[in-house]
Amino acid sequence: MEPFTRLTAVAVPFGQSNVNTDTILPARFMRRPRDERYPDYLFHDRRFLPDGSENPDFVLNRRVYRGARILIGDTNFGCGSSRETAVYALRDYGFHALIAPSFGDIFAANCIRNGLLPVRLEGDVVAGLRDIAASAAPAEMTVDLEAQRVLAPGRAAVGFDIDPFDKECLLGGLDDIDVTLRGEAAVARFEAGYRREFAWLYRRSR
Amino acid sequence: MPAPRTIFDKIWDRHLIEARQDGNDLLYIDRLLVQENVFHAFDNLRRSGRRVRCPEQIFAFTDHYVPTRDRDAGIADPEIRNMVETMQRNATEHGIALFGLGDVRQGILHVVPPEQGITQPGLIVAGADSHSSTHGALGAFGFGVGVSEATHILATQTLWRRRPRTMRIEVSGRIPLGVAAKDIVLHIVGRIGADGGVGHVIEYTGPAIRSLSVEGRMTVCNMSIEAGARAGLVSPDDATVDYIEGRPYAPRGEDWDRAVAWWRGVATDEDAEFDREVALDADRIAPMVTWGTSPEDVLPITGAVPDPAREADPERRDRIARALAYMDLVPGTPLAQIALDRVFIGSCTNGRIEDLRAVAQVVEGRRAAIPSTIVPGSGLVKLQAEREGLDRIFRDAGFEWRDAGCSMCVATNGDMLQPGERCASTSNRNFEGRQGRGGRSHLVSPAMAAAAAIAGRLTDVRALDRQG
Ligand code: SF4
Repeated sequence: MEPFTRLTAVAVPFGQSNVNTDTILPARFMRRPRDERYPDYLFHDRRFLPDGSENPDFVLNRRVYRGARILIGDTNFGCGSSRETAVYALRDYGFHALIAPSFGDIFAANCIRNGLLPVRLEGDVVAGLRDIAASAAPAEMTVDLEAQRVLAPGRAAVGFDIDPFDKECLLGGLDDIDVTLRGEAAVARFEAGYRREFAWLYRRSR
Repeated sequence: MPAPRTIFDKIWDRHLIEARQDGNDLLYIDRLLVQENVFHAFDNLRRSGRRVRCPEQIFAFTDHYVPTRDRDAGIADPEIRNMVETMQRNATEHGIALFGLGDVRQGILHVVPPEQGITQPGLIVAGADSHSSTHGALGAFGFGVGVSEATHILATQTLWRRRPRTMRIEVSGRIPLGVAAKDIVLHIVGRIGADGGVGHVIEYTGPAIRSLSVEGRMTVCNMSIEAGARAGLVSPDDATVDYIEGRPYAPRGEDWDRAVAWWRGVATDEDAEFDREVALDADRIAPMVTWGTSPEDVLPITGAVPDPAREADPERRDRIARALAYMDLVPGTPLAQIALDRVFIGSCTNGRIEDLRAVAQVVEGRRAAIPSTIVPGSGLVKLQAEREGLDRIFRDAGFEWRDAGCSMCVATNGDMLQPGERCASTSNRNFEGRQGRGGRSHLVSPAMAAAAAIAGRLTDVRALDRQG
């Protein structure tokens, strides 16, 4: 995974709560292999009209937001289906950081593992950033993971919290499977005891 | 005396391998359930040269992409066929048990494991699908994972997690006639909101929950994710133990006694504390129906389409207006006057035998006024329904009787709504385009879906009963 340290890019406001992963990536595109890349499937049914042409009303299609790599959403962004392909689509389109008051749990975990940084900030702070992204478009913002802060034009820097483990994985571009396998001895020890206690869990059905 | 603990805490503590100082815990995972979309995880594994660590703890299903009719003809669409065949290939290659096409046990990954005894109390069940919360009905900690986390489990049989907060939803009172588990959970999602459970694991308690069958509890736990919760569960009781006994993967002999002792001990202790408490009264719950594009957009069938103009909060006003535009609904319209184009009965929320019995009870001797489809949650549910003669009741009433799978719940197998079509559905998501681009879904219970099929519009199943 590509490490994430600091990103300066145009931010696009996406002021809608409970944006679900079916909207981010309609289910019919999930069958595509990973090496195909997913940029055109992102928000497909909102971004494109039924005839395949671009929907001029959709925010990502506005000229000032072309090339945006930061998306500023609203509460519970990425709720619903566990499809990680929704994150593939955001990443392949070019997004590197998402800012919202809250994210769907599974979605946030998926983001971290694909080098997409989910930044949680208070609702009014996020609303303020969305306003800047809308009124000063194209507004460049900086998401600094190392310093854990967001910089936006015309406003003081805002700090954010992030799980230290997630931060470590993102900064180092680490694969958490490698991290776990380094502690393999502890897993094996645990498993030996567990298997003795719950032997029936390991039997095939009759 | 040790401090009283919740079932969730007991499960977590028993599965804890290592606790990092920063609050991340390495948990042992008992079961991983995978379906066709998980091919990315097997590709990841292959790319990194890793193997499946514990094949006997992984269970594979073909459900999202399988055809639900004319199975003998094979799968015409090459991409869809490839999804199903890839799952089969990966299962064979890694020595994983597969409930695949051609196997009578084939079905949805949240219907089959409880049916087979794979889901048991006290386990951690991770599923590569958000509705893995369903397994909580048996007192397991069931949650959904993405492809990366599924890969992590395949390679290590573990997962890193921060301990979520706990929430108790206590449902007191008695469930009125004509009200189902689905109505209870829709009511809950409406009450706490689509993000009301974020960061929490919900335990459902109270006499109304206890009075539900294990299958009804599955319906409730299933939709916990629609309230944003990490998981939902019910502490095991006699009903749970009875449900599991004799199932193919259930423990037997001495194992059985040891297992039952562990299951009983894992239930939440009296006086255990939760981070949040919600209380509601089942007596006041009516049959529910969604009017919008989020499961939280829900009202009793006796209600009317809300009016955004009456909403003070501008964001909410916009959201309602947007949802109504998509749903093509006029504010103030009584919900029971909304005409439908079709009905879909099935999914991991309501595709079990009791759901089908509830449908049969309503439709017996009547005729569906609109195209209506019933898709059982598993091959064994289908077989059981046929043993009971339900299929004949459905066919006589003009319903289509299909083979098991997810079907129109997610519309990836080709069963889908046409643009603009309006459907009463027993599934769990009414998102824009969920059941087909431009399709409009109204979520309801099985009995309400059955009544809607007969009436050709949304209707109160209790009124239909009175008409006889
Ligand atoms: S029935 Fe629907 S919600 Fe359930 S697993 Fe299948 S697609 Fe997901």
